[in-house]
Amino acid sequence: MQLVGVRGVAKVFANGVKALDGASLDIEAGEFLSVLGPSGCGKSTLLRLIAGLTPASAGTIEWPAGKPDLGFVFQEPTLMPWATALANVELPLKLGGVARSEREARAAEALDHVGLAGFERTWPRELSGGMKMRVSIARALVTRPKLLLMDEPFAALDEITRRRLNTDLLELWQRTRFTAVFVTHSVFESVFLSQRIAVMSTRPGRVLSELAIPAPYPRTEAFGTSAEYAALCRLASAQLSEAMAA
Amino acid sequence: MTARFIAPAVMGLLMLVLWEAIVRLAEIPPYVLPGPVAVARTLVADWGMLAPALGVTLTITLEALAAAVIVGVLLAVLFSLSRWVELSLFPYAIILQVTPIVAIAPLIIAWANDVDLSLLICAWLVAFFPILSNTILGLRSVDHNLLALFELYGAGRWKTLIYLRLPAALPYFLGGLRISGGLALIGAVVAEFVAGTGGNASGLAYRILEAGYQLRIPRMFAALVLISAAGIAIYLLLSLLSHLLLRRWHESAIGPEE
Ligand SMILES: Nc1ncnc2c1ncn2[C@@H]1O[C@H](COP(=O)(O)OP(=O)(O)O)[C@@H](O)[C@H]1O
Ligand SMILES: [Mg+2]
Repeated sequence: MQLVGVRGVAKVFANGVKALDGASLDIEAGEFLSVLGPSGCGKSTLLRLIAGLTPASAGTIEWPAGKPDLGFVFQEPTLMPWATALANVELPLKLGGVARSEREARAAEALDHVGLAGFERTWPRELSGGMKMRVSIARALVTRPKLLLMDEPFAALDEITRRRLNTDLLELWQRTRFTAVFVTHSVFESVFLSQRIAVMSTRPGRVLSELAIPAPYPRTEAFGTSAEYAALCRLASAQLSEAMAA
Repeated sequence: MTARFIAPAVMGLLMLVLWEAIVRLAEIPPYVLPGPVAVARTLVADWGMLAPALGVTLTITLEALAAAVIVGVLLAVLFSLSRWVELSLFPYAIILQVTPIVAIAPLIIAWANDVDLSLLICAWLVAFFPILSNTILGLRSVDHNLLALFELYGAGRWKTLIYLRLPAALPYFLGGLRISGGLALIGAVVAEFVAGTGGNASGLAYRILEAGYQLRIPRMFAALVLISAAGIAIYLLLSLLSHLLLRRWHESAIGPEE
Protein backbone atom coordinates (compact mmCIF):
# COMPACT_ATOMS: atom_id res chain seq x y z
CA MET A 1 0.00 0.00 0.00
CA GLN A 2 1.31 3.39 -0.93
CA LEU A 3 1.66 5.89 1.93
CA VAL A 4 3.12 8.96 0.25
CA GLY A 5 3.41 10.03 -3.35
CA VAL A 6 5.79 12.87 -4.13
CA ARG A 7 4.90 14.10 -7.61
CA GLY A 8 7.21 16.38 -9.55
CA VAL A 9 7.95 18.60 -6.60
CA ALA A 10 10.07 21.74 -6.98
CA LYS A 11 11.25 24.10 -4.28
CA VAL A 12 12.63 27.56 -4.92
CA PHE A 13 13.65 29.53 -1.84
CA ALA A 14 13.06 33.25 -1.41
CA ASN A 15 16.70 33.95 -2.22
CA GLY A 16 16.29 32.25 -5.61
CA VAL A 17 18.05 28.99 -4.74
CA LYS A 18 16.36 26.09 -6.49
CA ALA A 19 16.76 23.19 -4.07
CA LEU A 20 14.49 20.67 -5.78
CA ASP A 21 13.20 20.35 -9.32
CA GLY A 22 10.86 17.63 -10.51
CA ALA A 23 11.44 15.32 -7.55
CA SER A 24 9.21 12.26 -7.54
CA LEU A 25 9.18 9.43 -5.04
CA ASP A 26 6.75 6.77 -3.88
CA ILE A 27 6.89 5.56 -0.32
CA GLU A 28 5.26 2.28 0.63
CA ALA A 29 3.66 1.79 4.01
CA GLY A 30 5.93 -0.08 6.39
CA GLU A 31 9.08 0.04 4.30
CA PHE A 32 12.52 1.26 5.29
CA LEU A 33 13.60 3.71 2.62
CA SER A 34 16.86 5.62 2.48
CA VAL A 35 17.31 8.82 0.54
CA LEU A 36 20.93 9.03 -0.53
CA GLY A 37 22.51 12.10 -2.05
CA PRO A 38 25.44 14.47 -1.88
CA SER A 39 25.39 17.23 0.68
CA GLY A 40 23.36 20.26 -0.43
CA CYS A 41 21.24 18.36 -2.97
CA GLY A 42 17.96 19.09 -1.23
CA LYS A 43 17.46 16.03 0.99
CA SER A 44 16.48 18.04 4.05
CA THR A 45 14.21 20.19 1.93
CA LEU A 46 12.48 17.09 0.56
CA LEU A 47 11.93 15.76 4.07
CA ARG A 48 10.54 19.09 5.30
CA LEU A 49 8.19 19.18 2.33
CA ILE A 50 6.89 15.71 3.13
CA ALA A 51 6.44 16.72 6.77
CA GLY A 52 4.46 19.79 5.66
CA LEU A 53 6.92 22.17 7.31
CA THR A 54 7.40 24.11 4.11
CA PRO A 55 5.22 24.42 0.98
CA ALA A 56 6.27 23.16 -2.44
CA SER A 57 6.80 25.71 -5.22
CA ALA A 58 5.43 23.23 -7.76
CA GLY A 59 4.15 19.67 -7.79
CA THR A 60 2.14 17.87 -5.14
CA ILE A 61 2.53 15.51 -2.25
CA GLU A 62 -0.22 12.92 -2.10
CA TRP A 63 -1.41 10.87 0.82
CA PRO A 64 -3.67 8.15 -0.68
CA ALA A 65 -4.74 6.90 2.74
CA GLY A 66 -4.73 10.32 4.42
CA LYS A 67 -1.87 12.03 6.19
CA PRO A 68 -0.87 9.99 9.23
CA ASP A 69 0.83 11.09 12.43
CA LEU A 70 4.49 11.52 11.77
CA GLY A 71 7.68 11.81 13.71
CA PHE A 72 10.75 13.82 12.76
CA VAL A 73 14.36 13.35 13.83
CA PHE A 74 16.84 16.10 13.00
CA GLN A 75 20.57 15.86 12.48
CA GLU A 76 21.08 17.44 15.91
CA PRO A 77 19.22 15.99 18.89
CA THR A 78 17.25 19.27 19.17
CA LEU A 79 16.28 18.73 22.81
CA MET A 80 15.00 21.43 25.12
CA PRO A 81 17.93 21.98 27.50
CA TRP A 82 15.61 23.15 30.29
CA ALA A 83 13.69 19.89 30.36
CA THR A 84 14.65 16.40 31.57
CA ALA A 85 14.86 13.48 29.16
CA LEU A 86 11.37 12.40 30.20
CA ALA A 87 9.90 15.89 29.76
CA ASN A 88 11.51 16.13 26.34
CA VAL A 89 9.98 12.86 25.23
CA GLU A 90 6.63 13.90 26.69
CA LEU A 91 6.52 17.05 24.59
CA PRO A 92 4.54 15.76 21.57
CA LEU A 93 1.94 14.27 23.91
CA LYS A 94 1.75 17.44 25.95
CA LEU A 95 1.17 19.48 22.80
CA GLY A 96 -1.46 16.94 21.78
CA GLY A 97 -3.32 17.41 25.07
CA VAL A 98 -2.67 13.96 26.55
CA ALA A 99 -3.22 13.77 30.32
CA ARG A 100 -0.16 13.93 32.52
CA SER A 101 -0.13 10.44 33.97
CA GLU A 102 -0.62 8.76 30.60
CA ARG A 103 1.96 11.07 29.10
CA GLU A 104 4.58 10.13 31.64
CA ALA A 105 3.91 6.43 31.32
CA ARG A 106 4.16 6.51 27.53
CA ALA A 107 7.28 8.68 27.57
CA ALA A 108 8.96 6.33 30.04
CA GLU A 109 8.04 3.41 27.80
CA ALA A 110 9.48 5.18 24.75
CA LEU A 111 12.71 5.86 26.63
CA ASP A 112 12.83 2.21 27.58
CA HIS A 113 12.46 1.21 23.92
CA VAL A 114 15.53 3.22 22.92
CA GLY A 115 17.55 1.69 25.76
CA LEU A 116 17.37 4.62 28.16
CA ALA A 117 15.34 3.18 31.01
CA GLY A 118 16.52 4.83 34.22
CA PHE A 119 17.52 8.07 32.52
CA GLU A 120 14.11 9.75 32.85
CA ARG A 121 15.29 12.46 35.24
CA THR A 122 18.56 13.18 33.45
CA TRP A 123 19.20 16.57 31.89
CA PRO A 124 20.29 16.76 28.23
CA ARG A 125 23.67 18.23 29.14
CA GLU A 126 24.42 15.14 31.21
CA LEU A 127 23.86 12.81 28.24
CA SER A 128 26.38 11.80 25.58
CA GLY A 129 25.76 12.63 21.92
CA GLY A 130 24.48 9.13 21.21
CA MET A 131 22.16 9.16 24.22
CA LYS A 132 20.75 12.55 23.23
CA MET A 133 20.00 11.13 19.81
CA ARG A 134 18.21 8.20 21.46
CA VAL A 135 16.07 10.66 23.41
CA SER A 136 15.31 12.44 20.17
CA ILE A 137 14.20 9.17 18.56
CA ALA A 138 12.10 8.31 21.60
CA ARG A 139 10.40 11.69 21.32
CA ALA A 140 9.66 11.09 17.64
CA LEU A 141 8.23 7.63 18.35
CA VAL A 142 6.22 8.46 21.47
CA THR A 143 3.11 9.35 19.47
CA ARG A 144 3.41 5.97 17.71
CA PRO A 145 3.62 7.61 14.28
CA LYS A 146 3.00 5.70 11.07
CA LEU A 147 5.82 7.56 9.39
CA LEU A 148 9.22 8.42 10.84
CA LEU A 149 11.28 10.98 8.94
CA MET A 150 14.96 11.08 9.85
CA ASP A 151 17.36 13.71 8.53
CA GLU A 152 20.93 12.38 8.80
CA PRO A 153 20.28 11.60 12.46
CA PHE A 154 23.61 9.89 13.13
CA ALA A 155 25.88 11.97 10.91
CA ALA A 156 27.44 13.86 13.82
CA LEU A 157 28.17 10.74 15.88
CA ASP A 158 31.32 8.66 16.06
CA GLU A 159 31.56 5.43 14.09
CA ILE A 160 31.05 3.06 17.01
CA THR A 161 28.02 4.90 18.39
CA ARG A 162 26.59 5.15 14.90
CA ARG A 163 26.78 1.38 14.39
CA ARG A 164 25.01 0.67 17.65
CA LEU A 165 22.29 3.17 16.86
CA ASN A 166 21.87 1.73 13.36
CA THR A 167 21.37 -1.74 14.78
CA ASP A 168 19.02 -0.51 17.49
CA LEU A 169 17.03 1.56 15.01
CA LEU A 170 16.49 -1.51 12.81
CA GLU A 171 15.37 -3.50 15.81
CA LEU A 172 12.88 -0.76 16.75
CA TRP A 173 11.61 -0.65 13.20
CA GLN A 174 11.11 -4.42 13.07
CA ARG A 175 9.29 -4.35 16.37
CA THR A 176 7.05 -1.35 15.70
CA ARG A 177 6.76 -1.37 11.91
CA PHE A 178 6.54 2.31 11.25
CA THR A 179 7.45 3.54 7.79
CA ALA A 180 11.00 4.84 7.88
CA VAL A 181 12.45 7.49 5.58
CA PHE A 182 16.12 7.86 6.39
CA VAL A 183 18.10 10.64 4.76
CA THR A 184 21.85 10.10 4.60
CA HIS A 185 24.90 10.93 2.56
CA SER A 186 26.57 7.67 3.54
CA VAL A 187 26.43 4.80 1.06
CA PHE A 188 27.33 2.28 3.78
CA GLU A 189 24.65 3.42 6.13
CA SER A 190 21.94 3.41 3.48
CA VAL A 191 22.80 -0.11 2.31
CA PHE A 192 23.00 -1.46 5.84
CA LEU A 193 19.67 -0.05 6.92
CA SER A 194 17.21 0.00 4.11
CA GLN A 195 15.10 -2.15 1.85
CA ARG A 196 15.27 0.45 -0.87
CA ILE A 197 17.50 3.41 -1.67
CA ALA A 198 16.42 6.50 -3.60
CA VAL A 199 19.48 8.20 -5.09
CA MET A 200 19.31 11.95 -5.62
CA SER A 201 21.12 14.16 -8.10
CA THR A 202 23.09 17.27 -7.21
CA ARG A 203 21.14 20.51 -6.79
CA PRO A 204 18.47 21.10 -7.95
CA GLY A 205 17.75 17.67 -6.52
CA ARG A 206 15.52 14.97 -7.89
CA VAL A 207 15.40 11.22 -7.50
CA LEU A 208 17.50 9.83 -10.33
CA SER A 209 17.52 6.13 -9.58
CA GLU A 210 16.42 3.53 -7.10
CA LEU A 211 18.14 0.47 -5.75
CA ALA A 212 16.55 -2.45 -3.91
CA ILE A 213 18.49 -4.04 -1.05
CA PRO A 214 17.06 -7.56 -0.92
CA ALA A 215 19.00 -8.75 2.17
CA PRO A 216 16.78 -10.14 4.95
CA TYR A 217 16.38 -8.71 8.45
CA PRO A 218 17.57 -8.82 11.18
CA ARG A 219 20.73 -7.38 9.75
CA THR A 220 23.65 -7.88 12.03
CA GLU A 221 27.37 -7.23 12.19
CA ALA A 222 27.73 -10.33 9.97
CA PHE A 223 25.72 -8.69 7.19
CA GLY A 224 27.90 -5.59 7.49
CA THR A 225 31.01 -7.64 6.72
CA SER A 226 29.52 -9.94 4.08
CA ALA A 227 30.47 -10.01 0.42
CA GLU A 228 26.83 -9.35 -0.44
CA TYR A 229 26.96 -6.11 1.53
CA ALA A 230 30.20 -5.06 -0.15
CA ALA A 231 28.73 -5.73 -3.59
CA LEU A 232 25.59 -3.74 -2.81
CA CYS A 233 27.67 -0.85 -1.53
CA ARG A 234 29.64 -0.86 -4.77
CA LEU A 235 26.41 -0.76 -6.71
CA ALA A 236 24.96 2.08 -4.65
CA SER A 237 28.22 3.95 -4.89
CA ALA A 238 28.22 3.65 -8.67
CA GLN A 239 24.65 4.97 -8.82
CA LEU A 240 25.58 7.87 -6.59
CA SER A 241 28.53 8.77 -8.85
CA GLU A 242 26.22 8.59 -11.83
CA ALA A 243 23.70 10.83 -10.11
CA MET A 244 26.35 13.36 -9.26
CA ALA A 245 27.68 13.39 -12.80
CA ALA A 246 24.23 13.78 -14.34
CA MET B 1 36.20 29.93 44.25
CA THR B 2 37.51 31.29 47.56
CA ALA B 3 40.03 33.42 45.67
CA ARG B 4 37.08 35.18 44.10
CA PHE B 5 36.09 36.53 47.50
CA ILE B 6 39.44 36.78 49.25
CA ALA B 7 41.27 38.70 46.52
CA PRO B 8 38.84 41.65 46.36
CA ALA B 9 38.41 41.61 50.16
CA VAL B 10 42.14 41.90 50.77
CA MET B 11 42.39 44.57 48.09
CA GLY B 12 39.55 46.57 49.68
CA LEU B 13 41.05 46.30 53.13
CA LEU B 14 44.42 47.54 51.87
CA MET B 15 42.80 50.54 50.22
CA LEU B 16 40.90 51.42 53.40
CA VAL B 17 44.07 51.23 55.49
CA LEU B 18 45.91 53.36 52.95
CA TRP B 19 43.07 55.90 52.92
CA GLU B 20 42.98 56.13 56.70
CA ALA B 21 46.78 56.46 56.84
CA ILE B 22 46.85 59.28 54.29
CA VAL B 23 44.06 61.16 56.06
CA ARG B 24 45.86 60.88 59.40
CA LEU B 25 49.40 61.53 58.25
CA ALA B 26 48.47 64.52 56.07
CA GLU B 27 46.05 65.72 58.72
CA ILE B 28 43.30 66.25 56.17
CA PRO B 29 40.28 67.81 57.91
CA PRO B 30 37.06 65.71 57.85
CA TYR B 31 35.14 68.39 55.90
CA VAL B 32 37.54 67.82 53.02
CA LEU B 33 38.05 64.08 53.22
CA PRO B 34 36.95 61.97 56.19
CA GLY B 35 38.79 58.70 56.80
CA PRO B 36 36.95 55.35 56.73
CA VAL B 37 36.86 55.23 60.53
CA ALA B 38 35.11 58.61 60.70
CA VAL B 39 32.67 57.51 57.97
CA ALA B 40 31.87 54.33 59.87
CA ARG B 41 31.32 56.31 63.06
CA THR B 42 28.96 58.68 61.27
CA LEU B 43 27.13 55.74 59.74
CA VAL B 44 26.43 54.40 63.21
CA ALA B 45 25.66 57.78 64.77
CA ASP B 46 23.32 58.88 61.95
CA TRP B 47 21.72 55.47 61.45
CA GLY B 48 18.41 56.71 62.78
CA MET B 49 18.25 59.21 59.92
CA LEU B 50 19.99 57.22 57.19
CA ALA B 51 18.10 53.94 57.60
CA PRO B 52 14.67 55.41 56.70
CA ALA B 53 16.30 57.22 53.78
CA LEU B 54 17.75 53.91 52.59
CA GLY B 55 14.28 52.40 52.95
CA VAL B 56 12.75 55.12 50.76
CA THR B 57 15.35 54.74 48.03
CA LEU B 58 15.18 50.94 48.08
CA THR B 59 11.38 50.97 47.90
CA ILE B 60 11.43 53.16 44.80
CA THR B 61 14.18 51.02 43.29
CA LEU B 62 12.36 47.75 43.82
CA GLU B 63 9.00 49.12 42.68
CA ALA B 64 10.65 50.48 39.55
CA LEU B 65 12.38 47.16 38.93
CA ALA B 66 9.11 45.25 39.34
CA ALA B 67 7.38 47.63 36.92
CA ALA B 68 10.31 47.26 34.50
CA VAL B 69 10.01 43.46 34.60
CA ILE B 70 6.25 43.53 34.01
CA VAL B 71 6.27 46.10 31.22
CA GLY B 72 9.52 44.85 29.67
CA VAL B 73 8.42 41.23 29.46
CA LEU B 74 4.88 42.05 28.33
CA LEU B 75 6.16 44.34 25.59
CA ALA B 76 8.76 41.77 24.51
CA VAL B 77 6.09 39.08 24.26
CA LEU B 78 3.80 41.44 22.37
CA PHE B 79 6.62 42.31 19.97
CA SER B 80 7.40 38.65 19.42
CA LEU B 81 3.75 37.91 18.64
CA SER B 82 3.24 40.79 16.26
CA ARG B 83 5.83 42.11 13.87
CA TRP B 84 3.73 45.22 13.30
CA VAL B 85 3.55 46.16 16.94
CA GLU B 86 7.30 45.77 17.18
CA LEU B 87 7.99 47.83 14.06
CA SER B 88 5.81 50.66 15.26
CA LEU B 89 6.79 50.73 18.94
CA PHE B 90 10.41 49.64 19.23
CA PRO B 91 11.92 52.91 17.92
CA TYR B 92 10.15 54.77 20.73
CA ALA B 93 11.53 52.38 23.30
CA ILE B 94 14.97 53.24 21.96
CA ILE B 95 14.25 56.98 22.11
CA LEU B 96 13.21 56.61 25.75
CA GLN B 97 16.41 54.72 26.41
CA VAL B 98 18.83 57.17 24.79
CA THR B 99 17.27 60.32 26.25
CA PRO B 100 19.26 61.24 29.39
CA ILE B 101 17.08 60.81 32.44
CA VAL B 102 18.28 64.08 34.01
CA ALA B 103 16.93 65.88 30.97
CA ILE B 104 13.40 64.49 31.18
CA ALA B 105 13.15 64.14 34.95
CA PRO B 106 12.02 67.76 35.49
CA LEU B 107 9.27 67.25 32.92
CA ILE B 108 8.09 64.07 34.55
CA ILE B 109 8.16 65.68 37.98
CA ALA B 110 6.10 68.59 36.70
CA TRP B 111 3.56 66.33 35.01
CA ALA B 112 3.20 63.60 37.60
CA ASN B 113 2.36 66.06 40.34
CA ASP B 114 3.42 63.52 42.90
CA VAL B 115 7.03 63.13 43.97
CA ASP B 116 7.00 59.42 44.66
CA LEU B 117 5.22 58.65 41.42
CA SER B 118 7.61 60.77 39.38
CA LEU B 119 10.64 59.15 41.00
CA LEU B 120 9.16 55.76 40.24
CA ILE B 121 8.58 56.70 36.60
CA CYS B 122 12.15 57.98 36.23
CA ALA B 123 13.71 54.89 37.78
CA TRP B 124 11.46 52.69 35.66
CA LEU B 125 12.42 54.52 32.47
CA VAL B 126 16.09 53.85 33.13
CA ALA B 127 15.57 50.24 34.14
CA PHE B 128 13.19 48.77 31.65
CA PHE B 129 15.14 48.81 28.39
CA PRO B 130 17.71 46.08 29.16
CA ILE B 131 14.87 43.76 30.16
CA LEU B 132 12.93 44.57 27.01
CA SER B 133 15.81 44.21 24.57
CA ASN B 134 17.27 41.11 26.22
CA THR B 135 13.93 39.36 26.43
CA ILE B 136 13.22 40.13 22.76
CA LEU B 137 16.60 38.68 21.87
CA GLY B 138 15.84 35.60 23.97
CA LEU B 139 12.39 35.05 22.48
CA ARG B 140 14.01 35.11 19.05
CA SER B 141 16.95 32.88 19.91
CA VAL B 142 14.92 29.72 19.69
CA ASP B 143 16.39 26.73 17.89
CA HIS B 144 14.58 26.76 14.55
CA ASN B 145 14.36 22.98 14.50
CA LEU B 146 12.52 23.06 17.82
CA LEU B 147 10.17 25.60 16.28
CA ALA B 148 9.63 23.22 13.36
CA LEU B 149 8.88 20.45 15.83
CA PHE B 150 6.25 22.56 17.59
CA GLU B 151 4.71 23.34 14.22
CA LEU B 152 4.72 19.66 13.31
CA TYR B 153 2.75 18.81 16.44
CA GLY B 154 0.27 21.58 15.75
CA ALA B 155 1.20 23.81 18.70
CA GLY B 156 -0.27 27.27 18.22
CA ARG B 157 1.35 30.58 19.11
CA TRP B 158 0.45 30.34 22.77
CA LYS B 159 1.78 26.88 23.40
CA THR B 160 4.90 27.75 21.45
CA LEU B 161 5.29 30.86 23.56
CA ILE B 162 4.78 29.15 26.89
CA TYR B 163 6.62 25.89 26.35
CA LEU B 164 9.34 27.06 23.98
CA ARG B 165 9.97 30.78 23.63
CA LEU B 166 9.67 31.80 27.26
CA PRO B 167 11.96 29.08 28.65
CA ALA B 168 14.47 29.78 25.87
CA ALA B 169 14.36 33.49 26.74
CA LEU B 170 14.86 32.97 30.48
CA PRO B 171 18.69 33.21 30.54
CA TYR B 172 18.57 36.36 28.42
CA PHE B 173 15.86 37.88 30.60
CA LEU B 174 17.88 37.18 33.74
CA GLY B 175 20.94 38.81 32.19
CA GLY B 176 18.84 41.90 31.48
CA LEU B 177 17.37 41.81 34.97
CA ARG B 178 20.83 41.97 36.55
CA ILE B 179 21.67 45.08 34.56
CA SER B 180 18.27 46.62 35.27
CA GLY B 181 18.61 46.10 39.02
CA GLY B 182 21.60 48.42 39.15
CA LEU B 183 20.02 50.85 36.70
CA ALA B 184 16.83 51.11 38.76
CA LEU B 185 18.90 52.21 41.73
CA ILE B 186 20.80 54.74 39.62
CA GLY B 187 17.53 56.02 38.17
CA ALA B 188 16.00 56.42 41.63
CA VAL B 189 19.02 58.30 42.96
CA VAL B 190 19.35 60.57 39.92
CA ALA B 191 15.66 61.42 39.99
CA GLU B 192 15.86 62.22 43.69
CA PHE B 193 18.73 64.59 43.00
CA VAL B 194 16.75 66.33 40.30
CA ALA B 195 13.60 66.49 42.39
CA GLY B 196 15.61 67.63 45.39
CA THR B 197 12.56 67.33 47.58
CA GLY B 198 12.47 67.63 51.33
CA GLY B 199 9.53 66.34 53.27
CA ASN B 200 9.51 63.55 55.78
CA ALA B 201 10.02 60.65 53.41
CA SER B 202 13.25 61.51 51.65
CA GLY B 203 15.73 59.11 50.18
CA LEU B 204 19.48 58.83 50.33
CA ALA B 205 20.16 61.22 47.47
CA TYR B 206 18.35 63.99 49.27
CA ARG B 207 20.36 63.23 52.41
CA ILE B 208 23.52 63.66 50.35
CA LEU B 209 22.34 67.00 48.98
CA GLU B 210 21.33 68.16 52.43
CA ALA B 211 24.62 67.07 54.01
CA GLY B 212 26.45 68.88 51.21
CA TYR B 213 24.71 72.16 52.00
CA GLN B 214 25.56 71.74 55.66
CA LEU B 215 29.14 70.71 54.88
CA ARG B 216 28.66 67.44 56.74
CA ILE B 217 31.02 65.57 54.52
CA PRO B 218 31.27 62.37 56.64
CA ARG B 219 27.49 62.01 56.38
CA MET B 220 27.70 62.39 52.61
CA PHE B 221 30.20 59.56 52.56
CA ALA B 222 28.06 57.44 54.86
CA ALA B 223 25.05 57.88 52.54
CA LEU B 224 27.25 57.06 49.57
CA VAL B 225 28.42 53.88 51.24
CA LEU B 226 24.81 52.84 51.76
CA ILE B 227 23.94 53.46 48.10
CA SER B 228 26.91 51.36 46.95
CA ALA B 229 26.05 48.62 49.44
CA ALA B 230 22.45 48.60 48.20
CA GLY B 231 23.66 48.32 44.58
CA ILE B 232 25.98 45.45 45.41
CA ALA B 233 23.26 43.66 47.40
CA ILE B 234 20.80 43.97 44.51
CA TYR B 235 23.36 42.62 42.07
CA LEU B 236 24.25 39.69 44.31
CA LEU B 237 20.61 38.80 44.96
CA LEU B 238 19.75 38.88 41.26
CA SER B 239 22.84 36.79 40.47
CA LEU B 240 21.74 34.26 43.04
CA LEU B 241 18.24 34.17 41.57
CA SER B 242 19.72 33.64 38.13
CA HIS B 243 21.94 30.87 39.37
CA LEU B 244 19.08 29.09 41.13
CA LEU B 245 16.86 29.21 38.06
CA LEU B 246 19.52 28.14 35.56
CA ARG B 247 21.83 25.82 37.45
CA ARG B 248 20.13 22.69 36.15
CA TRP B 249 20.56 23.34 32.51
CA HIS B 250 22.21 26.52 31.33
CA GLU B 251 25.91 26.68 30.50
CA SER B 252 26.30 30.04 32.23
CA ALA B 253 25.38 28.55 35.60
CA ILE B 254 27.43 25.37 35.35
CA GLY B 255 30.87 25.46 36.89
CA PRO B 256 33.90 24.00 35.07
CA GLU B 257 34.47 21.35 37.73
CA GLU B 258 31.10 19.73 37.16
N1 LIG C 1 15.65 28.32 4.04
C1 LIG C 1 16.49 28.33 2.99
N2 LIG C 1 16.66 29.47 2.28
C2 LIG C 1 17.50 29.47 1.22
N3 LIG C 1 18.19 28.42 0.77
C3 LIG C 1 18.06 27.27 1.44
C4 LIG C 1 17.22 27.15 2.59
N4 LIG C 1 17.29 25.89 3.05
C5 LIG C 1 18.15 25.25 2.24
N5 LIG C 1 18.61 26.05 1.27
C6 LIG C 1 19.53 25.67 0.17
O1 LIG C 1 18.92 24.64 -0.56
C7 LIG C 1 19.87 23.68 -0.91
C8 LIG C 1 19.46 22.32 -0.41
O2 LIG C 1 19.52 22.33 1.01
P1 LIG C 1 19.22 21.04 1.89
O3 LIG C 1 17.87 20.54 1.56
O4 LIG C 1 19.49 21.40 3.29
O5 LIG C 1 20.32 20.01 1.36
P2 LIG C 1 20.85 18.66 2.02
O6 LIG C 1 20.00 18.35 3.18
O7 LIG C 1 20.78 17.64 0.94
O8 LIG C 1 22.26 18.89 2.42
C9 LIG C 1 21.21 24.13 -0.36
O9 LIG C 1 21.92 24.78 -1.40
C10 LIG C 1 20.83 25.12 0.70
O10 LIG C 1 21.80 26.12 0.81
MG1 LIG D 1 20.50 18.28 5.23
